[in-house]
Amino acid sequence: MELTDTADEAVFRAECRGWLEANVPGEPLPSGDTREGFERHLEWERQLFEARWSVVSWPDAYGGRDASLWEWLIFEEEYYRAGAPQRVTQNGIFLLAPSLFEFGTRDQQDRYLPPMAAGDETWCQGWSEPNAGSDLAGIQSRARRDDAAGGWLLAGQKTWTTRGAFCTHLFGLFRSDPDAERHRGLTYFLVPLEAPGVTVRGFGRLDGDEGFAEVFFDDVFVPDDQVLGEVDRGWSVAMATAGSERGLTLRSPGRFLESAKRLAALWRDRGADPRLRTEVAQCIIDAEAYQLQTLATVTRLVRGEKPGAEASLTKVFWSELDVRMHDLARRILGTDAERADEAWMKGFQFALSGPIYAGTNEIQRNVIAERVLGLPRG
Amino acid sequence: MELAFSDEQLALRDTVRDLLSRECPPSVVRAAWHNDTGRADAAWRRLAEVDVLAVGAPEPGGLGLGMVDLVLALEEAGRAALPEPLVEHAAVSAPILGVIDGTATASAPGADLVPYAGSADVVVFVTDHGVHSVPRSEISPRPVPALDGSRRLFEVDWAPTSQTRHDVDPIGAFDRGALGTAAVLVGLSSHLLDVTVEYTTQRRQFGAPIGSFQAIKHHLANVAIALEFARPHVWRAAWSIDHHDAQASAHVSMAKAQASDAAELAARVALQCHGAIGYSDEYDLHLWMKRVWALAAAWGSAAEHRERVARAILDPPQGAADA
Repeated sequence: MELTDTADEAVFRAECRGWLEANVPGEPLPSGDTREGFERHLEWERQLFEARWSVVSWPDAYGGRDASLWEWLIFEEEYYRAGAPQRVTQNGIFLLAPSLFEFGTRDQQDRYLPPMAAGDETWCQGWSEPNAGSDLAGIQSRARRDDAAGGWLLAGQKTWTTRGAFCTHLFGLFRSDPDAERHRGLTYFLVPLEAPGVTVRGFGRLDGDEGFAEVFFDDVFVPDDQVLGEVDRGWSVAMATAGSERGLTLRSPGRFLESAKRLAALWRDRGADPRLRTEVAQCIIDAEAYQLQTLATVTRLVRGEKPGAEASLTKVFWSELDVRMHDLARRILGTDAERADEAWMKGFQFALSGPIYAGTNEIQRNVIAERVLGLPRG
Repeated sequence: MELAFSDEQLALRDTVRDLLSRECPPSVVRAAWHNDTGRADAAWRRLAEVDVLAVGAPEPGGLGLGMVDLVLALEEAGRAALPEPLVEHAAVSAPILGVIDGTATASAPGADLVPYAGSADVVVFVTDHGVHSVPRSEISPRPVPALDGSRRLFEVDWAPTSQTRHDVDPIGAFDRGALGTAAVLVGLSSHLLDVTVEYTTQRRQFGAPIGSFQAIKHHLANVAIALEFARPHVWRAAWSIDHHDAQASAHVSMAKAQASDAAELAARVALQCHGAIGYSDEYDLHLWMKRVWALAAAWGSAAEHRERVARAILDPPQGAADA
C-alpha cells in the first residue's frame, strides 16, 4: 500500500497543474449544453488537443500521451481542481473511444479517433428510443440490408440524445435481425448526422438548456465500414460502452471532491448553520470514499483484472452523492435557491439526471444484486 | 500509488480466516453466551500461536508492524464474530505494552463500561488526558448485563497514578481502537450480507426464491454499496496511522463513521430479509446483529466521528483569525 505519488507521478501532476493553471479560462464558459456554449467549449477542446491534454490515456499516435491509469486519474483530479470547463466531447472520447479501441478495425481507429481527439468531430449516443429507455434491448429502430449498395438502411427514432443538436456524429444500436432474440440481432453503427435522411430536433431539458435532441432516421444509408464490431453482435459492444459510462471513465473522483470542497465553502460563507454541519462532513466523507474506491479499483485494473459489474455499485454511489450534495447546497441557500442564476441550482437540476441516465439506479441495483451478489433473476 | 495489500498481508488474512473457520464457527460464538467468560479460548490461543496478537507489539518480542498489517485480520475476526477483545488487545494495547502475558482489554475515553474486564489480565484505560494500565489483580470489575452475551461488560473503579501512566499519545491509542473496531464492523457486515444472500436465494415464497424479487434485491444492493464505500476508508486510515499522516485522526473518523453506518444498515436489512426466522433466538443471525449494535457505538459512534471530521475539516484552524 502506498498512498502518495511516486516521483514520476509527482512530476506528471506538476506538469498538469502548471498547464491548467496557465490556461483554464478565468471566467466560466456558458453551459456546453447550449448552442453558443457548445462552440465555446469546442474552442477549449482544441486548446487542450494542441497541448496534448485532450485524451491523455490514448496512444501517442492518436493525440494522447499513453498515460497510465494512475496518470489519467491525476490529470482528472487536477482538471477539476483547476475548475476547468465541462468536456462536451465526453461521449466520444470517454464512451465511444474505448469501444473503438476494443472492437474497431485499424481503419476505423485511424478514421475516427484523430478528429475526435481534436474536437473536429463530436459524438452523441443514440441508444434510447421513445419505447426503449431502461429496457434498452427493446429498441425498435431498424437496419435493413442493402446488398447492392454494400451497406445498411437505418429507419426509426432515437430520443433524449444529449447534445444531439450540436454534434456531428452519432453512435447507436439498431435492430438488424428482427427475428432474433431481443439481445441478439442488434448492430452498432457509426452515423454522420449530415447523412441524407437524418433529421435532428433539439429540445429543452429540465434545466432549460437545449441539451436534448430527438433524431429521426428515414432510410439513412450507412456503408459496411461504419459498423462497429460484428453485425448482430452490437449488444456486447454497447455493454462495453455502458461499463465505461457507469464506471470510472466518465466520473472521475476529482469532480466530487471538488463539489464537496465548494459545498463546504458555501456552508461556511452562508453562516455555517450548525444544523447542517455533519451533513456537510458526510458529503466530504463520501466524496473521499469514492476517490478511495477508485484507487482500489485502479490498483486491481493495473494488476490485470477486468472491470466487471462492479461499475454498477459505483454508478449508484456517485449519482446519489451528487444529488445529495446539491440538495444540501439548496438547503444552505434557502430562499436564494429560487434564483435562476444560482450555479448550484443549475447543478442541482443536472445532478438529478445522474440516477436516470446510463441505466436508472433501479436497473443498476438489479445488476448489483444479480451479477455482483449472485441473486436469482426475476 | 497503490491501494492494496502485500502477499504477506493477504497470507496473514488467509491464515486467520482458516483458523477462525475451524476454531470459531457460529456454535462457538453461541456457546460463549453461556460460558464463564463470554470468550472463545481455543481460538484465542491459536491466534496467539500465529502471532496475530503481537503484530503491533514493538520489536524485539513483537513483530513491530502496523495497522495495515493487522486490519485484514480484524476484518476476519468480525466475519466470524470472534468473541474476544482482539481490537483492545492487538490494536490498542500491544503497541503500548509490548507482548502481553495473557489478555489485555481496553476502555475508550468516556466509556463507563469495559468489555471483557472480568477475564482480562490487564486493563488499558484510554482517557482524554493519557493512557493508563492496571493489572486485573488490582481491580474488582462488577459485571453488568450485556446486550451481546459474548461481549461481557464490567464497571471498573480505578484511579490514575504515576505508576499506571504510560508516556504515549492517547489520541493514537483511541485512533487505533476506533479504526480496529471499524475493520471488525466491515467483517461483520460482510458476513451479514453473505448469509442474507444465501438465505434469500433458498427461501421460496409465491413460488419463487424471495431473492428474485426486486424489493429484496434493492435492499441487498444498498448493503453492497455501503460496504464497497466503507472498506477503502478503513484501509486508507490504517495507512495514515502507520505513516503518521497529519490527517490520520480525521481519516480514522471517516472510516469509523462509514463502517458503523454500513454495519447498521447490513444488520437492519439482514433481519428484514430473513423475516421471522431471523427474529428467532435459535437462529444465529442475532449473534452478529447484536455485535454490530455494540460495536457501532464502541470507540465513538458514527455521529461522534462525523463531528470529529467536521472539527478537523470544516472548522477554521486555531489562530486563523490572526494570520
